[in-house]
Amino acid sequence: MFSSNFKNNLKKNLEFFNLLPQLVLIFILIFLIYSFIINTEINLKSRNLNFGFDFLNTNTGFDVQFSLISYDGSSSFLRVYFVGLLNTLLVAIFGIFFATILGFVIGVSRLSSNWIINKLSLVYVEIFRNVPLILQILFFYFVVIRSFPNPEKSFIILNFFIANLQGIYIPKFLFVNFSSILFALLISLIGIIILKRYANKIFYDKGKIIPVIKISLFFTSVILILFSLIGQVSFTIEFPKIVKNFGIINYVGGVKLVPEFIALLFSLSLYTSAFIAENVRAGILSINKGQKEASRSLGLNDSQTLKLIIIPQALRVIIPPTTNQYLNLTKNSSLATTIGYPDLAAVFAGTALSQTGKAIEIIFIVMMTYLTISLLISFILNLYNKKIAIIER
Amino acid sequence: MKKIRINSFAVLAFVVTFIFTTFNANANQTRENVIKRGSLNCGVSQGVPGFSNADASGKWTGLDVDFCRALAAAVLGDPNKVKYTPLSAKDRFEVLKAGDIDVLARNTTWTLARDGGLAVEFIGVNFYDGQGFLVRKAANINSAKKLNNVKVCLETGTTTELNLRDYFNANKLKYEQIGFTKADDAVAAYDAGRCEVYTTDKSGIAANRTKTKNPADHIILPETISKEPLGPVVRGNDENWVNIARWTLNVMIEAEEYNVTKKNIDSLKSTTDPVIKRLLGLEGDLGKNLNLDNNWSYNIVKLVGNYGESYEANVGTKTPVNLPRALNASWRKGGILYAPPVR
Amino acid sequence: MQIENIKNWLKINLFSSWYYSLISIIIIYYFLLIFPKFLDWAVFNATFIGNEKSDCKSSGACWVFIKVWFNKLIYGFYPEKDLWRINLSFFILIFTISLSFFIKDKFKIYILFFLILIFPIIAFVLIKGGFGLEYIETREWGGLSLTFILTFFGIIFAFPLGILLALGRRSELFFIRYFSLLFIEFWRGIPLITVIFAAAIMFPIFLPQGLNVDKLLRVAVGIAIFESAYIAEVVRGGLQSLPKGQYEAAKSLGMGYWKMNFLVILPQAIKAVIPGITNTFIALFKDTPLIILVGLLELLGMVNLAKSNSYWLGLAVEGYLFVGIIFWFFSFILSRYSQNLEKKFSSERY
Repeated sequence: MFSSNFKNNLKKNLEFFNLLPQLVLIFILIFLIYSFIINTEINLKSRNLNFGFDFLNTNTGFDVQFSLISYDGSSSFLRVYFVGLLNTLLVAIFGIFFATILGFVIGVSRLSSNWIINKLSLVYVEIFRNVPLILQILFFYFVVIRSFPNPEKSFIILNFFIANLQGIYIPKFLFVNFSSILFALLISLIGIIILKRYANKIFYDKGKIIPVIKISLFFTSVILILFSLIGQVSFTIEFPKIVKNFGIINYVGGVKLVPEFIALLFSLSLYTSAFIAENVRAGILSINKGQKEASRSLGLNDSQTLKLIIIPQALRVIIPPTTNQYLNLTKNSSLATTIGYPDLAAVFAGTALSQTGKAIEIIFIVMMTYLTISLLISFILNLYNKKIAIIER
Repeated sequence: MKKIRINSFAVLAFVVTFIFTTFNANANQTRENVIKRGSLNCGVSQGVPGFSNADASGKWTGLDVDFCRALAAAVLGDPNKVKYTPLSAKDRFEVLKAGDIDVLARNTTWTLARDGGLAVEFIGVNFYDGQGFLVRKAANINSAKKLNNVKVCLETGTTTELNLRDYFNANKLKYEQIGFTKADDAVAAYDAGRCEVYTTDKSGIAANRTKTKNPADHIILPETISKEPLGPVVRGNDENWVNIARWTLNVMIEAEEYNVTKKNIDSLKSTTDPVIKRLLGLEGDLGKNLNLDNNWSYNIVKLVGNYGESYEANVGTKTPVNLPRALNASWRKGGILYAPPVR
Repeated sequence: MQIENIKNWLKINLFSSWYYSLISIIIIYYFLLIFPKFLDWAVFNATFIGNEKSDCKSSGACWVFIKVWFNKLIYGFYPEKDLWRINLSFFILIFTISLSFFIKDKFKIYILFFLILIFPIIAFVLIKGGFGLEYIETREWGGLSLTFILTFFGIIFAFPLGILLALGRRSELFFIRYFSLLFIEFWRGIPLITVIFAAAIMFPIFLPQGLNVDKLLRVAVGIAIFESAYIAEVVRGGLQSLPKGQYEAAKSLGMGYWKMNFLVILPQAIKAVIPGITNTFIALFKDTPLIILVGLLELLGMVNLAKSNSYWLGLAVEGYLFVGIIFWFFSFILSRYSQNLEKKFSSERY
């Protein structure tokens, strides 16, 4: 009797004190949002502005340095948004690619038994991660790339690689019937996945090892050749050409990488790779020495030890912090605005904002875009993470 | 339990204070705020020689800076009580609207969209300008019509990029725009060879040419592709302040028209000319219309100078910027500077 | 004997196999090629004496540039006669921090208390003005001192907020938990640039007319909130690493929620994640230059301003190098310090 009464009392107390802080929080939030809305209304009215996303359909009237989709000043603000978004994704994807490779190389070098390689990679890591990224970008753009030669004195390797102040030019491959190549790649990809599954099964059931990589390389090349012949694939190479117009020298044709893109990609990759290198090092170090010895005593050779024992375990440690680095790289790509690379932040939150004055709408759109990208990347990598975690037995 | 109660009281107190500050606001009192603060907050460029530029000791000079000084002289009686905020073209209006500055004197073009759409007020024109192109002499180009397939460096977020597109499209010329958020970066990029052309208002070109390694290597093309009346801007919701700013500029222009200068203003005190008397605050009660004391206009000319003096000292032909008066001469001398009568 | 040792060392560390030997030789060759040239440029051919760019030799670095602009790079446009106010604030800060190395552990809590609650007020009054000191508007702040002010402000603001958010995210109260979750994920999902843009450009529209919150303050609060989300995630990691027994033990002693967390849980959790927290602070420190995007000029901003001054053109390398070395120095020291702490604590953990 007494104890149940006490319990009830306690419960009530708990409920009350659980409710109170939540109510206070809700109250503050509602109040803040309400007063923001009221103030915004008053402010916009007094400034003769109105809230709305209609401006997205109007003409921009300005040009953008380069764009992956067709764009000119008569396009809408919505289109310039996509121009910026695609440019952001472009630099982010390439940045992640290079940062990963570089990060793994440096991370492994950090554990090298060669003193010079070891120390050099240490210096690399300590320099690139301890200096603000914005400074590195500015340095690459305003100092390193500015020391490239003028167009008249371009650095040229046999028409395949032309570098000057205005960018780097490389040949462009123009394919005929490119779709059959894509088709071939798709088929071989499916084939490889099936093969891998089968190999895993054989490995766990019978302990036999199937050389997956060799077989799939062979398989892919056969299919590629076959499809190219059937689909009559051919290609031409378009080389950059020099064009003179009065005293102005230009290169046209080929693929042009603008200096802003190069500088941004370079510094993003270097900066992020320093962090990834540390993750890789920590991942490899986290593996017990005993693991290596055990795999040796099981009769596995060096490459098998690395492939079957070390890497799978190290990856489990490496991937979660590296995911964060990928996210950081994507968000950091917004620093493009300091050197005029037309990414989302520069072209939409910058130029479009100052041409329209639609601060709330544009910043809201930009924030939500980055948020979506971030959540998407972390979602995909979480899935991958889970998959890796299952391998653990 | 006790602790929780105290915490929620603290939260309540916070909320109450917030409400209090929220509804205890007073707007539209720029003049009072400036006087209370004892200084004028002036938004300027991030460094355009001749218009607004800081040296290593942090001293600002230029035509736009002189307007701010004149405004401070009119309101506070001291031209040195100005605090300068360097702004990029991109965020200048937002900063003005946000109240971080009292006046924006940053070679800003007066357009309908800005006047009507941005809730700001242009108080006049302190420099008549037009957009032009800077190219290398070595390129051997003498007309903008020959600029095909060029890369153009410019500062984004301005009317410059809109005019540029109009001009190139109208003349069916191809170009590639390399935009920067800072004018300095655009000039440096042009100078380094990133672009063949640099474009902005001609005054800006003349000023920024001094920032190239060898100014004599570059020429300004003859074409003027737009009208760019540059003027100071204030918030539109404060009528008194709009008037103070507007008539500060008008006094500077009118003083030049009537040859009232920094040097001779004290000797003119015995004049009989009613126009000059009004300018000196010796006749009438003009200050009252602006809620200022009557020697406001005297202070402007005495402490800063008239428009012509300011022009010659900052951007005139004897300075590195080297801009002839042209349109910016008084209407009596062939220009279009014409101030409404100060009376 | 000595020579034998060196030989051995070289063999093991540089020339253990033919490809390592090759790599070593290539690297040494390039090092010998580049490093002396760099030294020549930076030291032997460099100019240290003079007051103008024309004093500089073209073959070497022009450190005169840094010298002439030094005051501006450190203090921004802060009035020259009032520089002692900034110096005094930083002297107090450095003095108190170094004091903490020499006194007994039980007094350290008072130092922490002083640094978090009292020092900010003293520094604010000293630098901003009041109590008889002339007011100095924040637009005149700048340079390295602004970098430090922002970092310090960020730390004392973001740290408590981050802890609250971490606790909130692990709270059993439904609304508080999901609010914290959303809050953290939102701030971690957007780039700092957008936060700074929003604070500088968008936020004033939310405020009542006539209520002007200083731009620097808006941006500083934006940065601090941004970093607090990262702190929250780090602290949450620490909270998760604690065994359940700690909570149960604290509860069985009759402690309430706040008492339990502040006396038992948090001290251990924070100790466990000190490296993570320090890394977040280093990130905060390195992020401060982003404020140049809205026209606030900290160290990097001042260098940018100086290098585009007509009389000092073409000195970007010197300027950037100077900034880089300063940022590198402080970040490196801090990261080393946190590594030491980590080692110290990892040996004494429960």
